[in-house]
Amino acid sequence: MADNTSSNAYWAANIRIITICLAIWAIVSYGFGILLRPLLSGIRFGGTDLGFWFAQQGSILVFIALIFYYATYMNKLDRKFGVEEQ
Amino acid sequence: MDQYTLNLLIVGASFALYIGIAVWARAGSTAEFYAANRGVNPVLNGMATAADWMSAASFISMAGLIAGVGYGNSTYLMGWTGGYVLLALLLAPYLRKFGKYTVPQFIGDRFYSQGARLVAVICLIIVSVTYVIGQMTGAGVAFSRFLEVEVSTGLWIASAVVFVYAVLGGMKGITYTQVAQYVVLIVAYTIPAIFISLQLTGNPIPPLGLFSTHTESGVPLLQKLDQVVTDLGFNAYTGQGSMLNMTLFTLSLMIGTAGLPHVIIRFFTVPRVADARWSAGWALVFIALLYLTAPAVGAMARLNIIDTIFPGGVEQPAVSYEQRPDWMRNWEVTGLLKYEDKNSDGLIQYYNDAAPGFTAQATERGWAGNELTINNDILVLANPEIAQLPGWVIALIAAGGLAAALSTAAGLLLAISSSVSHDLIKDWLVPGISEKSELMVARVSMAGAILVATLLGLNPPGFAAQTVALAFGLAAASIFPVLMMGIFSKRVNSAGATVGMLVGLIVTCLYLFTYLGWFFIPGTNMMENIPANYLFGIPPTAFGPIGALLNFAAAYAVSAMTAAPPRHIQELVESIRVPRGAGGAIGH
Repeated sequence: MADNTSSNAYWAANIRIITICLAIWAIVSYGFGILLRPLLSGIRFGGTDLGFWFAQQGSILVFIALIFYYATYMNKLDRKFGVEEQ
Repeated sequence: MDQYTLNLLIVGASFALYIGIAVWARAGSTAEFYAANRGVNPVLNGMATAADWMSAASFISMAGLIAGVGYGNSTYLMGWTGGYVLLALLLAPYLRKFGKYTVPQFIGDRFYSQGARLVAVICLIIVSVTYVIGQMTGAGVAFSRFLEVEVSTGLWIASAVVFVYAVLGGMKGITYTQVAQYVVLIVAYTIPAIFISLQLTGNPIPPLGLFSTHTESGVPLLQKLDQVVTDLGFNAYTGQGSMLNMTLFTLSLMIGTAGLPHVIIRFFTVPRVADARWSAGWALVFIALLYLTAPAVGAMARLNIIDTIFPGGVEQPAVSYEQRPDWMRNWEVTGLLKYEDKNSDGLIQYYNDAAPGFTAQATERGWAGNELTINNDILVLANPEIAQLPGWVIALIAAGGLAAALSTAAGLLLAISSSVSHDLIKDWLVPGISEKSELMVARVSMAGAILVATLLGLNPPGFAAQTVALAFGLAAASIFPVLMMGIFSKRVNSAGATVGMLVGLIVTCLYLFTYLGWFFIPGTNMMENIPANYLFGIPPTAFGPIGALLNFAAAYAVSAMTAAPPRHIQELVESIRVPRGAGGAIGH
């Protein structure tokens, strides 16, 4: 690596955004969909509660949003650090 | 025209379409099919990936499992979609940058060891064969219904068709064929769902219909469903499941998704690193079209079945066997739906006879046990018949189920055969092998895999989706951790990776075999497959994350005790972390 500091900063920024995205990934599926469902049971939604919706639909929609967000973010980050494909 | 002819016609037409496109695409480009992928728009590529990925488990089996249990089986929905987030964030861009074609190749190079590569090949074969068993189970169900034969006969027909299909080879690799398969599959899945959603809720969009009001009763659909199932002694549809098992099982499916060789390969062949990130997103969009519909299909089918059996409501007597609907007669032929008149009243009592609180009520009504057993795997295929939809819709769903099973089975078989012929024979055992012999080895290994999968599929370790879930557990425990460590750690060395894979694979296999029989052969299990016997209550299907954890732990521990990887490997890791400098993928 010619430019080690810049590539380290790039990698650190990447790890940071991965951590944030995976935290959201975990909260909507394992959190709202499974473990926190009893806490959300007060919020009614279409004949059942919000946790059921997250488990059967909500989490999937959030997953799609996360991947597109990450792809957009990383494309910008690649350019900022000058490591994009030529 | 009768249903049988219509089935043959529509299934035949869909096959003709795939073959036609394959021939047309071959004529259009002389370049090898991997190169063709690079010219394909990322959206179409996402569609093809979705067809490759959605198997008999997603199409035929999953909604039935959700219907049977309700909320507790939401795990399949989250697990088989959430893995794409892991793929897009943790693996796809870096493996694309690395730029080789097989998963064992990456493992062999990153861990600079032929041994690590060999272990990876073994993991790949075990995972893929287990997965193929699930596909054969599903395809067998589809063939048995639309050809009106016994399910085991259906399975043998399926294995013959898969063999011909996979040996045609390139078919799978041609993106446009898969695009066509995706279209057939999604249309076949969605049309009956739209009809049924309209019938039950008046809402034409099934995912919205699921949370709408049930037209007939005026209460929300899910509330109505909860009510009728609990009236028959079943657990409430939206009721709580076991949190620990749901979490572990979902995790197993998610990690497994990101460790499946035939899925990972898709991302090796996209034009650029940036495209690897995008294409995971597009694939998930197309997968989600089915996955958002599936829970609606499950819930509505469950309600429809109970309505057919208890036409006057669950408080009234059940329908008599003589007057049973046609779909029951049709599915009795396959042996997947059975009726036994336990109290000799000629009526079909369908309820949960294992529910302790329900016995008194059942006795009072003169019921002597549940009389109807419905195999979960028939639900999606029988769904249009249950809702009394037109004949062409019934035929279409058979075509869709077969598209799903065949495309995935062919993909897996190609992964197995290329691994055996290339990673194992050519690069290791017999380096000087001729191209012709290599091809022969590939075909023989493919035939072998189909035979093993068919024999085990005769008495599968579970419903199609459950068997497939076992394959995910194995992939999660063996392949995913080593790929991730290869990218995110510079310290994990060849000894660590090899030991990690072996520990993950062996421990997980032992756990599965203990309850499901050695190599899934029925009757050879050491302990009965019931919750009371499970270690910490973890069912075999949910064991994947434990195996993965052991894999990570063993790899780090062994690496810490042995020398760090050589300088050039550490530089390799540095280089795969940045997109710049990615060339075209290097072929075999």
